[in-house]
Amino acid sequence: MLEVRQVNKSFTGNQVLFDIDARFEKGRVNLIIGQSGQGKSVLAKCMVGLHEVDSGEVLYDGRDFTKMNRNQRSEVRQEIGMLFQGAALFDSMTVEENVMFPLTMFTNMTKAEMKKRVDFCLEHVNLIGRNKLFPSECSGGMQKRVGIARAIAMSPKFLFCDEPNSGLDPQTSILIDGLIKSLTYELQMTTVVITHDMNSVMEIGDSIIFIYKGQKWWEGTRESIITTDNQEISNFVYASDFMKEIRVSMQEKRR
Amino acid sequence: MGNFGKYILMLTVILTRPKKWSIFLKRLFDEISGIGINSIPIVALMSTFIGGVIALQTASNMSNPLLPKYTVGYITQSSTILEFSPTIISLILAGKVGSNIASEIGTMRVTEQIDALEIMGVNSLNFLVLPKIAAAVLFFPILVIISMFLSITGGWLALVLSDLSTTDTYVLGIRYSFMPYHIVYALTKTIVFGFIIVSVASYYGYYVKGGSLEVGKSSTQAVVISSVFILIANFLLTQMMLL
Repeated sequence: MLEVRQVNKSFTGNQVLFDIDARFEKGRVNLIIGQSGQGKSVLAKCMVGLHEVDSGEVLYDGRDFTKMNRNQRSEVRQEIGMLFQGAALFDSMTVEENVMFPLTMFTNMTKAEMKKRVDFCLEHVNLIGRNKLFPSECSGGMQKRVGIARAIAMSPKFLFCDEPNSGLDPQTSILIDGLIKSLTYELQMTTVVITHDMNSVMEIGDSIIFIYKGQKWWEGTRESIITTDNQEISNFVYASDFMKEIRVSMQEKRR
Repeated sequence: MGNFGKYILMLTVILTRPKKWSIFLKRLFDEISGIGINSIPIVALMSTFIGGVIALQTASNMSNPLLPKYTVGYITQSSTILEFSPTIISLILAGKVGSNIASEIGTMRVTEQIDALEIMGVNSLNFLVLPKIAAAVLFFPILVIISMFLSITGGWLALVLSDLSTTDTYVLGIRYSFMPYHIVYALTKTIVFGFIIVSVASYYGYYVKGGSLEVGKSSTQAVVISSVFILIANFLLTQMMLL
């Protein structure tokens, strides 16, 4: 389980996170949602140590990440996989080398064992046979899938996905969401997804945290987010005309 | 001063033991190929022609009949070994290699590839920069030796083809008052300059913020600042080693 307690973060005097408390359960897809610029990506970066928190705790199975030195963090980070917004694949490496990279760095596997693991990961993201392609030869959706394969290569306990659907068409977005969901259940990871895509919220959100003005504004499930009276969440959820129509039809049904 | 402190802190993170020697060695050979062997053509071209020009300019200023004919070879040898090959070639490499490193690492920064390394638990500075520093420190002296040889050869070709000197006279000048310590001095300078070029360029690439525009700016800054550092280090090393 992953837990954050009383996390505060500011940049040059401008506070962006205020006393955030949250728990992210194992085997569930935990969403952090909110409008752009509200602090959800900063919160995620604080959790993985890309930003240092000003105060507060980030607990990985009870271990406080904020108090660790570089070597201790390195140990914990081997339990973390992350899918970046732009996939962040290494340009100079092939798909296979990208997925194999954490294995070569942190395990003593033989080449054959690593190859087997890479094939296993690529099979899970439907990319079998694409081993020798370079990132520049892959579409956006393929790059995201390679990013997922690389993230799960070390069998992580914690998976972070930063805006996994940004820049993808709706069909590919559904595919990526499906992969994140199925891998979370199959590998029993604690998955944290940062998104503002309502399709993702409804498809994969087992538990949801809504960040507004740097604060945890609301917490619930995908069922409760539809019916909540919270004005800020309603503004977020029903921002599009399509969603507004759904709300009207839901209200009519209730009557 | 804040930047200098950050630069020193960066060096303390870079200069640690690599996580896996096999990966370090593979990356070292890749870097030797990328920043070393790939620089041979430009170094060869520059050295041959500038060696020729040094010899021709020296010969054109030797109108005094009291000066021995071999002086042209002697001056070509001295200026090549003491200054042209270690310093001017290093300044050229600061432009070629420094901008390349700053933009490569800068692009990795803005495309989150460095964040990806850090998330995996990799010491990204050590992983990315140490092989480049090692490659520069090991291979730049070889480039400078090649430069010395080609510059002196260029001088000989220019003089002989222009009929301004003979091979025997030129070789006599090259060997006249030759001090092997000057080679040690030149190679020591080159090692220091190589370290400066790679570490300064890596600093500007690693800490870049923004997008492609900032990567371009950091690349330019890397070349300018490393060139200034090279000139300062050249002055200090000459004071320490020759006087």
